[in-house]
Amino acid sequence: MSSIPEDLSYTKEHEWVAGLDDGRTVTVGVTAYAAEQLGDVVYVQVPEVGAAVTAGDAVGEVESTKSVSDIFAPVTGEIVEVNAAVVDDPSLVNSDPYGEGWLFRVQIGEEPEDLLTSAEYTSLTTAES
Amino acid sequence: MSRSTPLHEVHEALGATLTDFAGWLMPLRYGSESVEHNAVRTAAGLFDLSHMGEIFVTGPQAGEALDHALVGWLSALDTGRARYTMIVDGDGHVLDDLIVYRLAPEEFLVVANAANYPMVARELTERAGAYDARVEDRSESFALVAVQGPNSAEILAKLTEADLDGLKYYAGLPATVAGFEALIARTGYTGEDGFELFVRNEDAVPLWNALSEAGAGLGLRPAGLSARDTLRLEAGMPLYGNELTAEQTPFDAGLGRVVRLDKPGDFVGRAALAVRAAQDQEAGPGADTRRLVGLVARGRRVPRHGYPVTRDGVVVGEVTSGAPSQSLGKPIAMAYVSRGAVEAGGLAVDIRGSHEPVDVVDLPFYRRSK
Repeated sequence: MSSIPEDLSYTKEHEWVAGLDDGRTVTVGVTAYAAEQLGDVVYVQVPEVGAAVTAGDAVGEVESTKSVSDIFAPVTGEIVEVNAAVVDDPSLVNSDPYGEGWLFRVQIGEEPEDLLTSAEYTSLTTAES
Repeated sequence: MSRSTPLHEVHEALGATLTDFAGWLMPLRYGSESVEHNAVRTAAGLFDLSHMGEIFVTGPQAGEALDHALVGWLSALDTGRARYTMIVDGDGHVLDDLIVYRLAPEEFLVVANAANYPMVARELTERAGAYDARVEDRSESFALVAVQGPNSAEILAKLTEADLDGLKYYAGLPATVAGFEALIARTGYTGEDGFELFVRNEDAVPLWNALSEAGAGLGLRPAGLSARDTLRLEAGMPLYGNELTAEQTPFDAGLGRVVRLDKPGDFVGRAALAVRAAQDQEAGPGADTRRLVGLVARGRRVPRHGYPVTRDGVVVGEVTSGAPSQSLGKPIAMAYVSRGAVEAGGLAVDIRGSHEPVDVVDLPFYRRSK
C-alpha cells in the first residue's frame, strides 16, 4: 500500500495539493499510488511559469515506459514556479513523489472546490485496486 | 475473466503488477521495469511465458505437413534445431509468427503467440489433413520459463548436466533441469543470450524457485512483460499485433527471408508471396510501398503504437511500437514509413499534436557484444 500523507489534499486524478492551509500558493504533484501505477516515469512536461490555469485543465504530461497521462490543474490560478529538477530527472516522481518529485506551484485565484481529504482519496484508491 | 498461468501465485507473492495480455493475467513488472530491463542486459532476468502456445506435430509426414502449412522449409530442419517462421493466409498475409523446433525426425513443436495459438492449431489441423501427421495443441499442459541475459548459461548450468556449451542459438535439447523433465531451447526475445525452458505445468513453480535460487548471486531478477517489450524492441524483433498483422506479408515487414519459395511443393500463400517477392526483386522499392524502419527521437517524448509519422506535416507512415530505450537513453520506435519519405528524410512523429523530429536508423537498435 502506497503512502497517502494526511496533511495533503487530493484530486480524483491522483494529484496531491500542499499548502492550502498556510497561504495562497499551493504545491502540486502526483501521488505515490499514481507513480506506482505509471511505473518508471521517463518524461515530465510542466506548464509555463506565468500561465493562467483553470481547475480541471490539462496543463502537462507524465510519461512512463508503458503509458502517458495528462497532468491536470487541481486549482484555478497562476503558475508561479515549476520544478526544473523533475524535468531533468523524471525518476524523482517515483523515488520521492511527495517531496523532490513535486511538479509546480500555483497562486490560487479562486477558492478550490472538489478536493479530496486523505481519507476520501484512500477510499478512492482502495476502490480502484 | 483472464486466465492465470501456473506461476500466478509466485507473481502475487513477489508483488507483481499484473496486466491482461491476450486474455492472460501476466506480470507487467515486479518493481521498476528499467531495473528489470538492465538486469537482462547486464546479468539475467527470469520470465514467465506460459501464455505462449505449444502445438505438437508428429508422424511420418510431419515435416511435409509443416512445409505445406507454413512459409518455412521445416522438413529440411535438423533434429535438435529450431527456426523462426510464419503462418500466412492464402493471400500471403501473416496470421502469426512462430518458432518451430524439430524434437525428433517425426516430432515438431510449434510455438505460437498467446493470442493466436487456438487459431494456429485449427489451421495446422486443417492444412495437415492430407498428410500422415497428427496435430495436437498441448498448450494447456505446458509452462514456459525463460532465463535471459549474459549470466543465464552460468545460472542454468548449476541445475542441469546438459551440454549447454554445445547447445547453439536456435537449438533445443531435452534434459533434466533441477530434477524436472524439460526442453531447453537456446532462444529468446530480448537480444541477449538465453534459454527458454518448456516444462509440465506442475513443475513450473519448483523450477522457477530453483532458478531464482541458482541466480541469486548472479544478478538474476524476475522480469515482466514491460521489460520484455522494451528488450525486444531494442533488439528490433517484431511483435505480432504491432509490426506483424494480417494486413502485411512477411516481405512488408522486411522478413521475406523466412519465405522459402525454393522448397519443393505448394504451400498456403505461395502464389501470392511469389508475386510479392518478384515485386521486391524487379521494381526495387516501389514508391507507394511502406517499409519497416527504426526511428530514434531527438527529444524526450515517446512515439507510441499508432502515432502518425509525418514529413512536412503530411502523414507518411505509422508507428507500430515505441518506448524509451534504456540502452540508447532516447525514445525509439519501429514504424511503417513510405520508402520515398524514408529516402527524403526529415521525418517527425505526431505526438499528440506536436511534430517531434526523429531520425531513421538501421535495426536493431541494440546488438549485444559477443
